[in-house]
Amino acid sequence: MKILVCISHVPDTTSKINFINGDTEFDTNGVQYVINPNDEFGLTRAIWFQEQQGANVTVVNIGGADTEPTLRKALAIGANDAIRVNATPTDGFYVAKQLAEVVKNGNYDLIICGKESLDYNGGMVPGMLAGLLNYNFVNSCIDIKVDGNTAKVTREIDGGKETVSASLPLVIGGQKGLVEEKDLRIPNMRGIMTARTKPLTNIEPTTASIASKAVKFEKPAPKSAVKLISSDNLDELINLLHNEAKVI
Amino acid sequence: MSLLIYAESSEGKFKKVAFELASYAKKVAESLGTTVTAVTVNNNNVSDLSKYGVDKVLKVTNDKLSNFSAKAYADLIVKAAQKENSKIVLLSSTTDSLYLAPLVAVGLDAGFASNVIGLPVNMSPFQVKRSAFSNKAFNITEIETDTKVLALAKNSFGIVENQSSLSEENFEPTLNDADFNIKIESVEKGSGKVTIADADVVVSGGRGLKGPENWGMLEELASVLGAATACSKPVSDLGWRPHSEHVGQTGKPVATNLYVAVGISGAIQHIAGINSSKVKVVINSDPEAPFFKVADYGVVGDAFEIVPKLTQKLKEFKAANS
Repeated sequence: MKILVCISHVPDTTSKINFINGDTEFDTNGVQYVINPNDEFGLTRAIWFQEQQGANVTVVNIGGADTEPTLRKALAIGANDAIRVNATPTDGFYVAKQLAEVVKNGNYDLIICGKESLDYNGGMVPGMLAGLLNYNFVNSCIDIKVDGNTAKVTREIDGGKETVSASLPLVIGGQKGLVEEKDLRIPNMRGIMTARTKPLTNIEPTTASIASKAVKFEKPAPKSAVKLISSDNLDELINLLHNEAKVI
Repeated sequence: MSLLIYAESSEGKFKKVAFELASYAKKVAESLGTTVTAVTVNNNNVSDLSKYGVDKVLKVTNDKLSNFSAKAYADLIVKAAQKENSKIVLLSSTTDSLYLAPLVAVGLDAGFASNVIGLPVNMSPFQVKRSAFSNKAFNITEIETDTKVLALAKNSFGIVENQSSLSEENFEPTLNDADFNIKIESVEKGSGKVTIADADVVVSGGRGLKGPENWGMLEELASVLGAATACSKPVSDLGWRPHSEHVGQTGKPVATNLYVAVGISGAIQHIAGINSSKVKVVINSDPEAPFFKVADYGVVGDAFEIVPKLTQKLKEFKAANS
């Protein structure tokens, strides 16, 4: 089984979010980048398939040379090889079109994406990729097993979960649950050493039009201070929720 | 060139988000001097849509669609958009709508903006405001394609009544066998409980509650508020509560009118997931808990005393105001 894990290179959750150039660009100054958490769950699940079922795991990212440390980290975690499509991603549709080319050239059986990236929260790449390839697609996946040519996939639905079967090739949008947080892999020294010599191929992007772009950013208005209510005066809390906030 | 909305139903009844979406679409349609068409699936009673400004309904009735299939639903929405020559297609932000949205975008070769939180700020070029960076910022997205697909964030626009005269039409798009390639094996769903996705109020507990045996008081509070219960990540990691209740950045997002957090310190990942809720009440024994910085109302003290007392007082309030 050939698995492709699509990795997004995103600011760490604790990063300060600021904008520059008249609020038209994200300020990368001092920002620590990580593998998008939803992708990391998928990557760890892919490594499980590699260890248990002999899968080959390729990771791919669409990004400039500055994103290579993130791919090297994925290699250190255990991926066999990596591909970087040398382009600055503008929108999800553009990214999906680049990924579709990679999939067509690599004949992958299973393509694992995170259900959304934690920077733009677009949530569109996995579905668009499946749509462009006309592959089966399951979103919000919290479990996947593969037997021969068939995958059994569990997805979250509102108020519960649903298990489906789908034939390969398959694209999934994954999230926590594919593996538990405690099972996420941290690269060890040996992994980091071998990652240096694993293949990382750079390819040039295919021509694709821009479907959308972020033209301006805003930060939320500063929040007014919390109103503290004494625990002896819960009637006041109810009064405020009813008359001021009007939510009860 | 009517606007098209997918008005989502559950068990033959419209979800509340469908009415919010209709309200939003009507406002956009008015500014463009056009109408709103809704496409519905296996819903026989569509007249409610006229209260929120929908002008025309395309009713799809097909037993094969009784189970959700993202591909089939996306396919019929694409065909409805083509039939109506709709250049703007609007969807809700439920799990199912967000699942099918990118497939619709590919089908219509349309740019897609999710998490949309307001009316378009500009029509030409077409620009909308959406939330990004896990609710820590907004961005104005410009969609360059001729056809646009938008997913409206829950609770961002509200339901606005706007009576219209509704025409109904049966719509029978041809669906492909390939639309049903994914087979449902089993479904696990709690019955009779308010889900986090549908709830107007969510009551959430953290490690401060000390153990799963103490969730009874939280459920009572939730019950009097008509709320869904939720929990922080450590609580689900410890197995005190099921994963489906975990809210936060890697769990479920929450965008309710009222979010009550009990014994949750307010880690940045938790806040990211719940920050688009309108009103946040925090009950915590630690006055330094970071959650108080983003809360609207706070009570410092022992949850084991406060929660039962608050439940009792809310019961009295509800009895007096019903």
